[in-house]
Amino acid sequence: MDKRHIITVLVLHKPSVLQRISGLFARRWFNISSITVGTTENPDIARMTIVVKGDDTHLEQVLKQLNKLVEVVKVKDLKHNNYVERELCIVKIHAPTESGKSQITQYANIFRGSIVDLSAETITVEITGDESKINAFLDLVRPLGIKEVARTGLTALMRGSKILKSNKK
Amino acid sequence: MTKVNNVNGAEALIKALEAEGTKVIFGYPGGVLVSFYESLCDSNMIHILTRHEQAAAHMADGYARVSGKAGVCIGTSGPGATNLVTGVATAHMDSSPVIALTGQVSSNIIGDDAFQEIDSFGIFMPITKHNFQIRQADDLVDIMRKAHEIATTGRPGPVHVDMPSDILTGELSKAVKIPADINISSYKPTTVGHPLQIKKTIEAIMNSKKPLILAGGGVSIAHASEELLEFAELLNIPVCTTLMGKGCISEKHELSTGLTGMHGTQASNNLIDKCDLLIAVGCRFSDRVTGKVSEFAPNAKVIHMDIDPAEIGKNISVDIPIVGDAKRILQDLIKQLKKQKRKHEELLKSENTPENSNLNNFNSNPNLNSKFLDISEWSVEVKKLKEESEKELSVTVEEQQNLEKTDKEKIEKIEKIHPKVAIYDLMETIYDIDPELENTYVTTDVGQNQMWTARYFKFKKDALITSGGLGTMGFGFPAALGVKFAKPNANVISISGDGGFLMNSQELATMAHYNIPVVAVIFNNRALGMVHQLQSVLNNRQSQIDLGETPDFIQLAHSYGVMAERVSNSKDLKETLKKAILMNKPYVIEVMIDSGHAVKVVAPGANLTKMIEPENKEPCSEKILFKDMVSKL
Repeated sequence: MDKRHIITVLVLHKPSVLQRISGLFARRWFNISSITVGTTENPDIARMTIVVKGDDTHLEQVLKQLNKLVEVVKVKDLKHNNYVERELCIVKIHAPTESGKSQITQYANIFRGSIVDLSAETITVEITGDESKINAFLDLVRPLGIKEVARTGLTALMRGSKILKSNKK
Repeated sequence: MTKVNNVNGAEALIKALEAEGTKVIFGYPGGVLVSFYESLCDSNMIHILTRHEQAAAHMADGYARVSGKAGVCIGTSGPGATNLVTGVATAHMDSSPVIALTGQVSSNIIGDDAFQEIDSFGIFMPITKHNFQIRQADDLVDIMRKAHEIATTGRPGPVHVDMPSDILTGELSKAVKIPADINISSYKPTTVGHPLQIKKTIEAIMNSKKPLILAGGGVSIAHASEELLEFAELLNIPVCTTLMGKGCISEKHELSTGLTGMHGTQASNNLIDKCDLLIAVGCRFSDRVTGKVSEFAPNAKVIHMDIDPAEIGKNISVDIPIVGDAKRILQDLIKQLKKQKRKHEELLKSENTPENSNLNNFNSNPNLNSKFLDISEWSVEVKKLKEESEKELSVTVEEQQNLEKTDKEKIEKIEKIHPKVAIYDLMETIYDIDPELENTYVTTDVGQNQMWTARYFKFKKDALITSGGLGTMGFGFPAALGVKFAKPNANVISISGDGGFLMNSQELATMAHYNIPVVAVIFNNRALGMVHQLQSVLNNRQSQIDLGETPDFIQLAHSYGVMAERVSNSKDLKETLKKAILMNKPYVIEVMIDSGHAVKVVAPGANLTKMIEPENKEPCSEKILFKDMVSKL
């Protein structure tokens, strides 16, 4: 059965590593639901969070093939919901009236979002959370008219004191 | 930039290659490689100027497979790089350590679509084990060390290094220092099999009644043939091989059941179907080996030993995985098994001891250390199946006398050799010259010639060099030239079809120019036989397989200054091959074979036991002249 898997990958922070990884996914028909990349506490290492869907055999191949890449330092599948996941979403909503603006502000407050931009016609909200929270917020404001959405994709870390060691200087 | 020792990138590259023990480079110059070729003048390394970069890569590949060292090839930017692609992809699919160097336009114009610019770094990425683009001359030496380390260790594979021209001409800011060891922290191949998995393997073997070994190319790569034989003999387990593993156990040995898979022997394919334990060593369960995956080894527990963890469980689900070097794992297994066998024999000797009472429990108690394998019933079954297979594989009187002639051939007295007989003739002649096959290598191209060789040529050692994974037509002949540089004193014979030979026939010029003593055997049936055969099996309609007017290969060879002879009967083939090998000169032998003969096959994606004999039929002539085509334009 297809399940959602969150994979965290530590890679050497070098040019073309993202190309190498996305190329691997493309040619082996591994479907990426989302991918985020950013720096870590170690300037030589970047962290990628990749969300893939598939059964366990599929996941095993994804992990093994990632591990084969010379620039991949560590790969881990974050299992059993034992992780913190977040996504950032910025959404521009149609709000030509004061009452509309006020309603969206209320919604944003409930979802712990912030108003980051305002114009005569629109209101722009920034919201962070897991995928379902962001989806819920978007569903809520959709009837008002979403003009634009920008989502970063998921990033995640294991809970507790466990860390993914890179064995790097 | 401060100049140190006035060494530029190209000179540093030469020093780095020399430090890796590179003796020969196969390549083709170009504009951005001028500094490299200039520096090469000061080196003792040999450079072989091929006539096409694809052939350079195949030569480096052939060299690598036989020498055990990395093979180096080089091409210029743009078309030079793209021409290398097929050769490098071939090496990638067959895990061959090739270092592919490409020149690149100057770094200040990369991305500008400059003359002969192509994103070779991007193109080579999916067809190499790893690749580099050098961004400063100072990195060159370290990167070459890394490239060799990655190419030759773990599961070997090609590594590509792209070098912008200004990096090659640029001065180094530091002295050239070749690192003795290189630490690539994210690259640590596992070579030692896990002890627990080894223990589980032995338990599974002891509990099996019908074990079978499936040996792949990984055995040859790991130089584990001796260990494989010892392991098989210790337990009396039959061994079948993949195409890439062919010869890793002598096919004349009684435990060898020959090739398995799409063109395998009936015995091997049936044994896979019947076995209760499949011990796969260094193979990757390609679709050519498994046939229909869901019906592959349906009764067997599968043990899979491989140095590449990603191969385990990729195509076939595995019960006991062992990641590591095949040689090391087999050595560990043999050690444990010998211990167990000794214990067992001691127990048997001491009949009157209290332990003797345990003997009756051997089969009921799987944890008993002294238990040892008894597969006598299975051995009888294997022997029977093997005998049936042998009958099918041997040459019949009709085939020998080549009686199957069309009326036209009878009238015109055209002589042609049955392809099976041709392979037997080649085999017998080669064994006549080198009885233990110690000093001989055979390369093949791709297609029927390859599968006839695979089915009928029994190898006493891993002397077959072929394109297994990518199935590259045009591989065999240039690969043979590469093999000759790795083993200058060996007899090297390439077997090609007419179609495949024409794909790199320009290398006759290379062979002639350097006077490389290789015997190129061309099976000429004026058709793309394997595709013809597939068409017959799949839809029974013929299309675009008639090569028709292939060149006169004798005149073609002569035009390059290469000796050549056409043979159309068994006696002439044997005599000519013997003469050509002993003469030790570049030689082409064109063998006229019957075009209608098919190779026995399992249809793509079918069950392995369902081998079919495709209908033997001549490809129909479909020649339409240009003037007739014009009306359709």
